[in-house]
Amino acid sequence: MTPVVPIMRIGATVLISLQGDLDDATVVRIESAIMQEVSRTRTTGTLIDVSGLGMVDSFIARVIARMAAMTRLLGAETVIVGIQPAVAITLVEMGVTMADLNTALNAEQGMEMLRRLTEGGHVEATAAHAAG
Amino acid sequence: MSAVIEAQVPVAVEIADEPDLLRVRTVLRQHAVAAGFGLVDQTKLVTAGSELARNILRYAGGARGGLHVEAVDGTGRVGLRAVFFDEGPGIEDVDAALGDGFSTGGSLGLGLPGARRLVDEFAIESSPGAGTRVTITKWRR
Repeated sequence: MTPVVPIMRIGATVLISLQGDLDDATVVRIESAIMQEVSRTRTTGTLIDVSGLGMVDSFIARVIARMAAMTRLLGAETVIVGIQPAVAITLVEMGVTMADLNTALNAEQGMEMLRRLTEGGHVEATAAHAAG
Repeated sequence: MSAVIEAQVPVAVEIADEPDLLRVRTVLRQHAVAAGFGLVDQTKLVTAGSELARNILRYAGGARGGLHVEAVDGTGRVGLRAVFFDEGPGIEDVDAALGDGFSTGGSLGLGLPGARRLVDEFAIESSPGAGTRVTITKWRR
């Protein structure tokens, strides 16, 4: 029961959709697959869609934050999109604020944010709906 | 595999390997749905359970561990009680382990304190050599 993680690429942007119930080994496997893809060829942005995750615990949150930090070292910005409201409430109450992450409501807004981030414009990291 | 029927009787899940993490989440989700919990409370209970099950996998040193879930009746309210137990080495300093950022395993140290904040009642019994038992209760709103 190994979930498939399709990694897509549009130009210099890598897109990943996380779905289902992920055990720790799977999360780490996805992380390394993304890192490989980002480092394989020129990548300026990574968009991670988590709308398919009904639960994000501290481990999954930590790996997502780590991925964002590592892709930045490789020259790419990361935006997390589609955090479910119940997941956002749970994370904040647990004390995982993910404050350093760029987040957007959906993939469309996430792509727009990536575009601004990677075209030299300054965009404040926003956690608008996660913090609300 | 009806969640409604399963919730009538206490359920036990063995926690010994990574796939058990998924089983713990599934069982807790089924019970929360059957007990009529809203989506936010379902998510909180499942997340708390995931943290506690991972603690057993990480820190019980391969010793026997597991989870019991049962519906509980309070005075005029319905809830779920989940007991996570292991026969591992136990926790040296329970108060420290309940503090934010305390970790002997290189994690964020949010497992125990995070789980505690997601439930209504939280009790932990542990001492070196005697294993650990964490009991969480969440009431339906």
